[in-house]
Amino acid sequence: MTTRPAAVPSRNEPGNAAPLLELRDVGKDYGTVIALDGISATVRAGEVTCVLGDNGAGKSTLIKVLSGVHRADRGQVLLDGRPVAFGSPREALDAGIATVFQDLAMIPLMAIWRNFFLGAEPTKGRGPFRRFDSARAKDVTRRELAAMGIDIRDPDQPVGTLSGGERQSVAIARAVHFGARVLILDEPTSALGVKQAGVVLRYVAQARDRGVGVVLITHNPHHAYPVGDRFLVLNRGRSLGEFGKSDIDRDELTRLMAGGAELEALAHELERPAD
Amino acid sequence: MPGPLRRLLVKPELGALVGAVVVFAFFAVQSETFRSPRGIANWLDPASTLGIMAVAVALLMIGGHFDLSAGVMVGTTALTVGIVATELRQNLWVAIGVALLLALAIGFLNGWLVTRTGLPSFIITLATFLMLQGLNLGLTKLFTGTVTVGGIDDVPGYGAAEWVFASRVSVFGAEVRVAVLWWLLFTALATWVLLRTRFGNWVFATGGDDVAARNVGVPARRTTIALFMTTAAAAWFVGTTLAVRLTSVQANTGIGQELIYIVAAVIGGCLLTGGFGSAIGASLGALIFGMTQLGIPYLRWDADWFYFFLGAMLLLAVLANRLVRRYAEAARR
Repeated sequence: MTTRPAAVPSRNEPGNAAPLLELRDVGKDYGTVIALDGISATVRAGEVTCVLGDNGAGKSTLIKVLSGVHRADRGQVLLDGRPVAFGSPREALDAGIATVFQDLAMIPLMAIWRNFFLGAEPTKGRGPFRRFDSARAKDVTRRELAAMGIDIRDPDQPVGTLSGGERQSVAIARAVHFGARVLILDEPTSALGVKQAGVVLRYVAQARDRGVGVVLITHNPHHAYPVGDRFLVLNRGRSLGEFGKSDIDRDELTRLMAGGAELEALAHELERPAD
Repeated sequence: MPGPLRRLLVKPELGALVGAVVVFAFFAVQSETFRSPRGIANWLDPASTLGIMAVAVALLMIGGHFDLSAGVMVGTTALTVGIVATELRQNLWVAIGVALLLALAIGFLNGWLVTRTGLPSFIITLATFLMLQGLNLGLTKLFTGTVTVGGIDDVPGYGAAEWVFASRVSVFGAEVRVAVLWWLLFTALATWVLLRTRFGNWVFATGGDDVAARNVGVPARRTTIALFMTTAAAAWFVGTTLAVRLTSVQANTGIGQELIYIVAAVIGGCLLTGGFGSAIGASLGALIFGMTQLGIPYLRWDADWFYFFLGAMLLLAVLANRLVRRYAEAARR
């Protein structure tokens, strides 16, 4: 382990319980390129683990390992303390690990409730009369969104008419409804304005409070710090450490993420000459 | 825009409904024949066979694909019914069964090639269209020595087949062809499947964004193949209807109709890009087609005006559909 031991007391469970999801010295290569190496992290129920890093730090590769798109080449992924290796996103999903990708897997022209249940439509009736239970789908959609504090005027409106933040929120609510225990969010705030990003972070906190272990991937420490419980900082495929919230403050996190000294040098360089 | 109005505007069939009412009023006011029960029965007939195809083509378009071989497949199935029954001397129902299996096989092949290669369905089904056109002529000549298959009414089983595919039903004193009833039934069935079943949800999703659909577990490939087979089955139904009704089939039957089916579906609100549309809309598109086709001669106008009119309707429809798509896709900020 290249990182400090993360001794963050958990909010919802005794600290000695096995974490929901744990990475131990995970590495992944693409051919001869080492995309990830020696990554260790923990995700606990009811907590938010933030993965921070600049472009090319290995965040996307990490998501792909966690969500079952790729297998780790080195190290171990443990779910409830047991080693797992997912062969496909479906397997990861069945194990309770849901990933909300940037493109959200939603169809803009379809109604919210149709999107909410896409691929897992509730049915009623038998044989040739088996049909999509649309009344229940609409009802559950409205209820689940309300439970997340999302106010949708009309579940019949096409997803395309929602704002970016609302779409993220619907995707999060969908993952939570379908029993996600670990929710992986890929840059959910990157394309959003300040206000919309705040809305999404509030839903992230909602999911956390409902006992979901959240992995929040972002390159924005200002979004990560308020909602995060632990922070994994990546740089060029390697871990710069996993920190509990009490171990690090926002400025230090920002500095670490941007390559510390490099940013200071840049700030110095860009400063106006003193009058 | 207030909520209820907005919601109404995103109903795909709204434009076609307004169009159908306007077209009906236009002809009905000027022609007494047009609005009489017999006149209505007359213009419902071309609408019905076109409508059965348009509904299936609309489902396929909502699923994100075209089938240019749909028109010629009507000819293929009609000729198969004729050749198997008269040249191979089988019971007419056997011939109809053989034609169905053939149609389903062609539909499967279309769908399989499209999903397998990822090529545009436009080009794959254009190839199927050309091949079937050649086969229709070649095989008909080979079997009969002419370009026509005839004498279908002399084959055992014709009576029952005529009752199912080509009988007439008396409604309000007018003799309505049974195809009209089949058309209504298929429209209702397609609407139910589209809006009230899981498969319908998958059709919209596959046409809207097949990658996203697959990511959440929609069997997009199977959905696409099923849609191509549905279109082929509709072609079989219409082909059989023509064969039984006319008792003789020309080898060039159906060629050129594929674009008319697409026109009806688009007038009915289907987007060319997939993911949006309705079966009722496609039927209304077919209805507009039927009313105009017979309404123009009723007014003693030159029949040439028909195609101008059809083109104008199509242009209006795609402009209206564009607005709908913009509305539905524009994120509210």
